[in-house]
Amino acid sequence: MADLAGKSRTCFTQDVSAPELPLSAPLNVGFDYTRSVGPVLGRFVDALRERRVEGVRGSDGRVHVPPLEYDPVTAEALSEFVPVASEGEIVSWSWIAEPVDGQPLSRPFAWALIRLDGADTSILHAVDAGTPSNVHTGQRVRIRWAEETVGHIRDIAYFVPADGPDTEPTEAPPPVAKREEGAPVSVVITPIHLRYEHSASPEESRYLRGLAEGKLIGQRCPSCEKVYIPPRGACPTDGVPTTDEVELPDTGIVTTFCIVNVPFLGQKIKPPYVAAYILLDGADIAFLHLVLGCDAADVRMGMRVRASWKPRDEWWTSLENIGHFEPTGEPDAPYESFAHHL
Amino acid sequence: MPDVAVVGFAQAPNVRSTPGTTNGVEMLVPIFAEVFERTGLSKEDIGFWCSGSSDYLAGRAFSFIAAVDAIGAFPPIHESHVEMDAAWALYEAWLKIRMGEVDTALVYGFGKSSAGQLRRVLTLQMDPYVVAPLWPDSVSIAGIQARLGLESGLWSEKDLAEVAARSRADAAGNPAAQLSGTVEVAELLDAPYFADPLRAHDIAPITDGAAVLVLASAERAADLVDSPAVITGIEHRVDSPALGVRDLTKSPSTAAAGRALDLDGVEVAELHAPFTHQELILREALGLGDQVRINPSGGVLTGNPMFSAGLARIGEAANRVLDGTARKTLAHATSGPVLQQNLVATLEVLS
Ligand SMILES: [Zn+2]
Repeated sequence: MADLAGKSRTCFTQDVSAPELPLSAPLNVGFDYTRSVGPVLGRFVDALRERRVEGVRGSDGRVHVPPLEYDPVTAEALSEFVPVASEGEIVSWSWIAEPVDGQPLSRPFAWALIRLDGADTSILHAVDAGTPSNVHTGQRVRIRWAEETVGHIRDIAYFVPADGPDTEPTEAPPPVAKREEGAPVSVVITPIHLRYEHSASPEESRYLRGLAEGKLIGQRCPSCEKVYIPPRGACPTDGVPTTDEVELPDTGIVTTFCIVNVPFLGQKIKPPYVAAYILLDGADIAFLHLVLGCDAADVRMGMRVRASWKPRDEWWTSLENIGHFEPTGEPDAPYESFAHHL
Repeated sequence: MPDVAVVGFAQAPNVRSTPGTTNGVEMLVPIFAEVFERTGLSKEDIGFWCSGSSDYLAGRAFSFIAAVDAIGAFPPIHESHVEMDAAWALYEAWLKIRMGEVDTALVYGFGKSSAGQLRRVLTLQMDPYVVAPLWPDSVSIAGIQARLGLESGLWSEKDLAEVAARSRADAAGNPAAQLSGTVEVAELLDAPYFADPLRAHDIAPITDGAAVLVLASAERAADLVDSPAVITGIEHRVDSPALGVRDLTKSPSTAAAGRALDLDGVEVAELHAPFTHQELILREALGLGDQVRINPSGGVLTGNPMFSAGLARIGEAANRVLDGTARKTLAHATSGPVLQQNLVATLEVLS
């Protein structure tokens, strides 16, 4: 899920009533997964778009709905499509009293395995039945189609009792299927969104709280005595938490850097600009930041730099309090002095 | 090929939530120290490291990389990871030793389930085309499985409550357990449904936790502990991911894994059953009779740290051999929805 990181946003806030607890904040990640459907699932979702259901015949003659690309017993590729009804019966069910995000209905409903007429296996879907007493195994149910069908499993909005009227859908996240008008569906897009409460480690929390006061707090490994900023939950050399606090100056050197020439989504500065590893004086690990205030072509390994802090009223628990680093004009550090930090 | 033995096991307390990070470092550092102390090994002695965890549980990409800090991975180590329960990481480590590449391995698993909404995060284990986009949650899917057995007469709600009551009573002897104590079956059956037909006691709790287990070749193991728990068999199988294809009241993959092993003489079985009815499915699949002591640790109904709970079953089963209370034990681990993937191992004192 590397792609999720690009859309995440973490905002740490300090809980003053419990200053010893690590900082934590909501973390929401989301990504619209784009998937090729292939010939079997492609035909299935194409049919859904036309409000029809098609299964596929297995090597033992059973009709699978939803269709399987390969036989579950023999692993043989399957390709014989069989139309089935949009009505069938409940094989088993459970009741969800408090639906969670993204489910087909946001009012209480039943999850059910449903065997459509003409099929031998069952499809998992929602049944809008009001109360659990209105659901039973063997019950006849039919598809309640989505208002707009696009070629996606969610074209089946949910099921309703076969002899009952359509009910009104509750809001659900829209699936998307990319296609030319009238062309078969080749791709489905499913939005995936997850919510977390993200916690920083106790060591990171000390560092982040320090930043809110304009301090750069590193911590020293009790074993190898290396100073890490940001501090680590455990020293990557010794596997023990870093403990002793060390306040570091806001001066240091550029160990290595790159000039960003490529524009990308979410970029805050107009290229070209320099992203550099900054090794603060007294630290044993460099961190990534920006070097501005000089021509990108003038940035060098070993160049002395100083933090350019944002106005104090913009400070919070973030390294963003330092807008960038800029050259001090002092002589460069000799290569040997930082070679082991590269 | 060398036999492989478990020589040490430790687990973090199973708790509803920790204030720590999702990379598990805070939970792992103390239990690494515990197994090193118990085995007399140090990190330099470990030939191979393997872990199980999940980016979706952590809500961040490559989350297992951050956990490597807990090892103290310098000079560079020989390391691997599975995006499954760490029981499968143990399988990879077992292979390394069997192949003669290394003679020790450390396996760990961790998960901070409390960071997200567990039963919704687990949706992403399911088919991404026709199932996951509906966001069915893991508890509801298990409820469908439970009803199939209830309505076909394979088990009753009372049978399920009895599993829960026995598990909690057994967990009283397990200091790592999250839930424990004496509960009356009748009292459990009076509780409302959480996801009809499941009540809260039918569902493993949400748990943060971590576990670590040290393996050694049988020859090396003999130098480290008095009675190593030799893994005399380990097998894993998988059932179709298509939920509507399987008979959900059975676990053919567990049965197949069990058939490939010699289960005669098993005295204790640690079964990874996150729902009460799943214990009954597993017992049937493995043919475990009344003479087999099930889950003396309390099992995952009393603490279910995702991605380490299966490894912990192997650790608990090994502990019964290591401490001399049993000569032959069975461990089972599961991964994926409604017992999709199953691993079974036997552990024995080698005379
Ligand atoms: Zn260190």
